Amino acid sequence: MQSVVAPTKNPDRDKRFKVLDVTMKRNQYRQDALIEVLHKAQEIFGYLEENVLTYIAKELKLPLSRVYGVATFYHLFQLKPKGDRTFVVCLGTACYVKGAKELLEALENNVQLRPGETTPDGEVSLMTARCIGACGIAPAAVFDGRVCGKQLPSEVVATIKNCLPE
Amino acid sequence: MELKELINIAEQQRNNAKKIRIRCCSAAGCISSDSPAVKKGLENAVKAAGLEDSIEVASVGCMKFCGRGPLVQIDPIGTIYEQVKPEDTASIVAALNDQEAEVTATVGDENHPFFSHQKTIVLENSGHIDPQKIEEYIAAGGYQQLYRVIYEKTPEAVIDEITRSGLRGRGGAGYPTGLKWATVAKMDSQQKYVICNADEGDPGAFMDRAVLESDPHKVLEGMAIAAYAIGANAGYIYIRAEYPLAIDRLQKAIKQAKKLGILGSQIFDSAFDFKIEIRVGAGAYVCGEETALIASIEGKRGNPRPRPPYPAQSGLWGYPTLINNVESFANIAPIVREGAEWYSSIGTEKSKGTKVFALTGKVKNTGLIEVPMGTTLREIVYEMGGGIPDGGVVKAVQTGGPSGGCIPASEIDTPVDYENLRKLGTIVGSGGIIVIDNQTNMVDVAKFYMEFSEQESCGKCVPCRAGTVQMHELLTKIFDRKATLADLDKLEALCRMVKDMSLCGLGQTAPNPVLSTLRFFREEYLELIGDNQELRFNPTIVSKHLSGVSHR
Repeated sequence: MQSVVAPTKNPDRDKRFKVLDVTMKRNQYRQDALIEVLHKAQEIFGYLEENVLTYIAKELKLPLSRVYGVATFYHLFQLKPKGDRTFVVCLGTACYVKGAKELLEALENNVQLRPGETTPDGEVSLMTARCIGACGIAPAAVFDGRVCGKQLPSEVVATIKNCLPE
Repeated sequence: MELKELINIAEQQRNNAKKIRIRCCSAAGCISSDSPAVKKGLENAVKAAGLEDSIEVASVGCMKFCGRGPLVQIDPIGTIYEQVKPEDTASIVAALNDQEAEVTATVGDENHPFFSHQKTIVLENSGHIDPQKIEEYIAAGGYQQLYRVIYEKTPEAVIDEITRSGLRGRGGAGYPTGLKWATVAKMDSQQKYVICNADEGDPGAFMDRAVLESDPHKVLEGMAIAAYAIGANAGYIYIRAEYPLAIDRLQKAIKQAKKLGILGSQIFDSAFDFKIEIRVGAGAYVCGEETALIASIEGKRGNPRPRPPYPAQSGLWGYPTLINNVESFANIAPIVREGAEWYSSIGTEKSKGTKVFALTGKVKNTGLIEVPMGTTLREIVYEMGGGIPDGGVVKAVQTGGPSGGCIPASEIDTPVDYENLRKLGTIVGSGGIIVIDNQTNMVDVAKFYMEFSEQESCGKCVPCRAGTVQMHELLTKIFDRKATLADLDKLEALCRMVKDMSLCGLGQTAPNPVLSTLRFFREEYLELIGDNQELRFNPTIVSKHLSGVSHR
């Protein structure tokens, strides 16, 4: 499970930066490895906080604007913390034709969760994906990395409700 | 590694084969419907029956009928089981021993048109070999073509073979592959690169994912042959982060090939070096565009740039670069093996060979199909796909994703190839075929794709950045029944403008879903507009307005 604890301000005190150092070292601090390094940073910290981006910029000798520019360009990079668990509804064409919109409507109406939002207790984040390539089992959703096929509105609502405190 | 050793590995693998082989699908679709538990169940059942000496259970790549997974097939009898649950496995193994025994899983029809109409070249090993074992790929004849090419053919002869085969780029645009190779080969440069574009972003398309998950070595062999032909010594596979299983299998495949001396330095003890690295994308559709993809490999924002210079002249880090799609590379080894004449005998006059399609949407049989170019949509949708479930009516077939268009049911006898689809205002694209029934509103479909293009526009050029927003707003207005005929005129004018003025393929093709639905389903737009009265859009007023702006 990904951590959502905010990184401490001092990179020297936070051991997670050491893990990041290993990745940068393995890529010989090459500037073109920026996307790889950001992937790793997000995996370690859960999201890309400003001091993480500053640290990467310093280590790779890149302007912060360039690092920030890349981090904001790609959809997978998150600059805000996510919930402990993620629920991704696929919005690819096949899923759309087979009722992905109804899944999102059901979630909005029943658990007041819209795409990009996290439940008030920080438990579940709802996201959408362009296409996860599971078109054969549309409409599909991904719950904590596990692909679930042929979803029904009642099913997705139940999945989210199960994660919430009574 | 010499050819003899390669043949030894193949023979050893074949000798080790057991009498009966149970193949269990382990591609992403079936894994999500619990195929690993099914495989475990099969293994346990074989062990419990004490049949380990005569039966092997293998994890194989995509078995194509994704809508009915998890799939299990028995060699050599060919029986196929669909939607297998872990509790069915004991009865499947029992039936192998005792013909009378009853199997609790659904028995599929291996002679169904869905399978029998397929002609597999790209997918020849898919669903048959274990993608995680290089020995199985070698036993299927793998890497022998790379050896042959290095020792028996000049680079020119390889390019000539590919050119004569008539293979065209499978990424969507259909540019002749041989011509692309020849252009890069001609460039005088110390350093050249081969890039495999595995950034399969079109919603509704999963062919490349299936190829990479099911037969990664075939793509590597194709890339290595290409590198030999154009004189490159390094390659990249740019793959989307949304495909973790494919990334994992590619990494394993590269490692295995390196270990055997098939990739890396002095391949097959020749002077030819070729190393491959994987670069993982981060969720940007525009990175499927070649110049944007190169920028992304360089660690930058995935912004496209104007061409020329083409990547063939100045690509990755300014060096000549060959970019081909996954499926194009997967075609290379079979073409070299069987010859250009064989390949060009398949397909239509201008579109040779086969094409893999992902058949999805409102159709009974969903999954992967590989058919000769020129197969009609009727055959694909009705015979292979089994038509629409619950007796629905086909309204349209969407191809080419957000860059393509919708083919109306009246044109269902169209043979699918590059030229015919272009005539209908759509493209073959990467290969998604999405069947739409009469419950779906076509304006909604156009709106869906426009929202996609709006969000995926990189923002570099104005026509695409602003145009997609405006087109999406107009489509929303029409769909909400608030639009007038003037809005429809505005929409059409905008479509033409964005198509002509945008920098890259994303913007140039973004209006296609609107244009094609306007062409074939205009009445649905008009119905939503209804009686809303307003003066029709007058282009002269706009030009006056625009000239006023420019004079200020």
